[in-house]
Amino acid sequence: MSDHEYVPKSKFGKWFNDRLPLLTLSNHLTDYPTPKNLNYWWTFGGILTFCLITQIVTGLTLAMHYIAHADLAFESVEHIMRDVNYGWLIRYIHSNGASMFFLAVYIHIFRSLFYGSYKSPREMIWIIGIIIYLLMMAAAFMGYVLPWGQMSFWGATVITNLFSAIPFIGEGIVQWLWGGYSVDNPTLTRFFTLHYLIPFLILGLVVLHIWALHVPGNNNPIGIDIQKPSKDTVPFHPYIVIKDGFALLMFMIVFAFFVFYSPNILGHADNYIEANPMVTPPHIVPEWYLLPFYAILRSIPDKLMGVIAMLSAILILAALPWLDTSKIRSAVFRPLYKQFYWILVLDVIILGYVGAMPAEGLYLLVARVATAYYFIHFLIILPILGFKEKTMPIPLSITEPVLQDLSTIKKESLN
Amino acid sequence: MKDIFKIIYLTILLSITVHQVKAEEKLDLLKTDWSFKGLFGKFDRGALQRGYQVYTEVCASCHSMKYLSYRNLSEKGGPEFSIEQAKAIAASFEVTDGPNDDGEMFQRPAKLSDKFVMPYGNIKEAQAANGGAYPPDMSVLAKARSGGVDYIYSVLLGYEDPPSGVTLDDGVYYNKYMYGNKIKMSQPLYDGSVEYSDGTEATEEQMAKDVVTFLMWTAEPHLEARHKMGFKAILYLIVLTILVYFSMKKIWSRIESKV
Amino acid sequence: MSEKKTERREFLFTATYAVGAVGVAAVVWPMVDQMNPDASVKALASTEVDVSSVEPGKAITVLWRGKPVFIKRRTPEEIAEARAVKMDDLPDPQKDEDRAKDPEWLVMLGVCTHLGCVPLNDKGDYNGWFCPCHGSHYDTSGRIRKGPAPTNMEIPKYEFVNSNIIKIG
Repeated sequence: MSDHEYVPKSKFGKWFNDRLPLLTLSNHLTDYPTPKNLNYWWTFGGILTFCLITQIVTGLTLAMHYIAHADLAFESVEHIMRDVNYGWLIRYIHSNGASMFFLAVYIHIFRSLFYGSYKSPREMIWIIGIIIYLLMMAAAFMGYVLPWGQMSFWGATVITNLFSAIPFIGEGIVQWLWGGYSVDNPTLTRFFTLHYLIPFLILGLVVLHIWALHVPGNNNPIGIDIQKPSKDTVPFHPYIVIKDGFALLMFMIVFAFFVFYSPNILGHADNYIEANPMVTPPHIVPEWYLLPFYAILRSIPDKLMGVIAMLSAILILAALPWLDTSKIRSAVFRPLYKQFYWILVLDVIILGYVGAMPAEGLYLLVARVATAYYFIHFLIILPILGFKEKTMPIPLSITEPVLQDLSTIKKESLN
Repeated sequence: MKDIFKIIYLTILLSITVHQVKAEEKLDLLKTDWSFKGLFGKFDRGALQRGYQVYTEVCASCHSMKYLSYRNLSEKGGPEFSIEQAKAIAASFEVTDGPNDDGEMFQRPAKLSDKFVMPYGNIKEAQAANGGAYPPDMSVLAKARSGGVDYIYSVLLGYEDPPSGVTLDDGVYYNKYMYGNKIKMSQPLYDGSVEYSDGTEATEEQMAKDVVTFLMWTAEPHLEARHKMGFKAILYLIVLTILVYFSMKKIWSRIESKV
Repeated sequence: MSEKKTERREFLFTATYAVGAVGVAAVVWPMVDQMNPDASVKALASTEVDVSSVEPGKAITVLWRGKPVFIKRRTPEEIAEARAVKMDDLPDPQKDEDRAKDPEWLVMLGVCTHLGCVPLNDKGDYNGWFCPCHGSHYDTSGRIRKGPAPTNMEIPKYEFVNSNIIKIG
């Protein structure tokens, strides 16, 4: 299934494929051998592709009506919501789509952490993924600025001011970012331009991400390499396609519920107030998906150090394949790592929670402890764990546990 | 499976604590039964029409509604005045148009395509007339306050004499539900502030409920269409999910049976 | 595998595809429809034009729905010329009486029916309009006489509010 040279049947197909091997590519994609024991946590790659395409399509249509000007942006968004045919639908899909995108990407990342998908030989997939994640954050942040509400304006002010922490040249950089002496019209138009550009960069990186994936092939819940492709894998189409499709539909039901029944619950009420440079809202919070990093930023009492800590919290992930010294990939066979994994999940949730709270008193203390633990997990626990941990015996091939897995799944569905 | 339970457990735990913390901080808002809540929620036409009356007769003297047009009043899913009624409402307002061929601006009766006439020419004028406080535009107000419709409803009914020890400046009033308890708007609604043409008794609660319903519509004019479409979309997704589920079972049975 | 079973499987897949296709179509429509004129554009009111200052033989151009509208006060000669034309000579036969409710006033969209340029007044071989883009000649009734344009210039919906004011749309 894997290495044979694909030859199109028809004459024209052959002629075409010799000049542009699209048919070879599509054949590779449909036949791509995928471990048959992938569970539903593996469907989020497909879901994320759906999210990206949804954001690009709805974004393009919104851009046909949106006006990137400080005096008109808020009004043009209201115009979209009121007058444009299905404008309200498209905008709510786009704004909630951002949240859904992050929800999916967090599950995708934490799946990778649990099953050790970032380890050799998949480091490149992981690093490209981190870059995609960084670009997603940039795109989401700039997109949130576009409606030019109070949270847009003050969020932009706070985040761009982070750069002023850079010694000597900070002030200059911030003014360069703004195109003026405060967040204003020049800032808005450049954010719109970049917000439009970044999704296409992400799209390109996604192609690389999948390319890098197709070199070693998928990791799997057992975390061991494929021994016998004929026994351990299934062709991507139709097996994985239909499974991804099923998971995607479940995801879309949740998505639709937000869009149609609580479209504003993930946003902030203040963003329906037009931007006013004279009045800061009493409580500035970023969107929920940025909260953990916001908490890390605020937990450090020094401006520069706070910014550095926040950036390191993301960049440290890129070094993860080398920080984790364990040869065993899947947490299934690492009893200790499994415990620490869930503590990390809890830690990030706590960071997200305190990020939404005022930075004072107990919240600040909790944020500091959680921040410290976040770094301890990656810098101390993971490297040591690889040497100290007593792992469980791993199976020789995935076929045997697959048998077990399937029988349990069947029992569950019968119940 | 165990992992999923862990996540669910954590989420529940967290949301309970969040809820408790929030409950401690805030006074519970007044609640009333909004017809537009819920999966099939729709606006009560009568309430919207009465709410429009309260808005024009009471609120509109200070609060603008700049994203609304008179045509909206006759559109589906709104107060649904007839076209003639909406035209008559529009014609009762004067708008500035122009310049004409002589280069001069002139006044004319408003048309359906015109935006709601604003009480003040600009923000500065509005502030000057209201002791420095700008009466916020009401177009999207119901979405622009945390607590939404319940919050606005509560503020409308939350005027009280200040408790002892609280001194108020001139032109500042005490309100139980307002952020910081101090509000620069005097109590707008009193029993009988307006006279409803449909015979509904204009109590304070009734007027507050009507005008807040109206504000929800102005903030979310396509709410009814959204609820209707949402029901269809989710029903459709469930049907397709079931079909795909059985297709998946069939397809995977090809290899499961072999194993 | 028995035939019956295969059939049921086929039916299941067909149904899944069909239902899926309906969903895709339903999603595509809003993305297409958002480009149609929106509610605020559709609601744009009609234009009222004061024509009291237009001299006979002169024309004015006003903007309506983003397009120029020619309002021409025709002289008796021009009216006579327009009415004398035989239907056989017209590529797009239409009586002048059907085009101008009040023969003195010709109200029409000033858009060449060829590719949308704005024709020039008092030019061309027929004393009417001439389109400089690709050489279409129109007569004093705005009817196409020579050149690539397929039809006469369009007459919008209009009415006389009083003898001085024309309401277009």
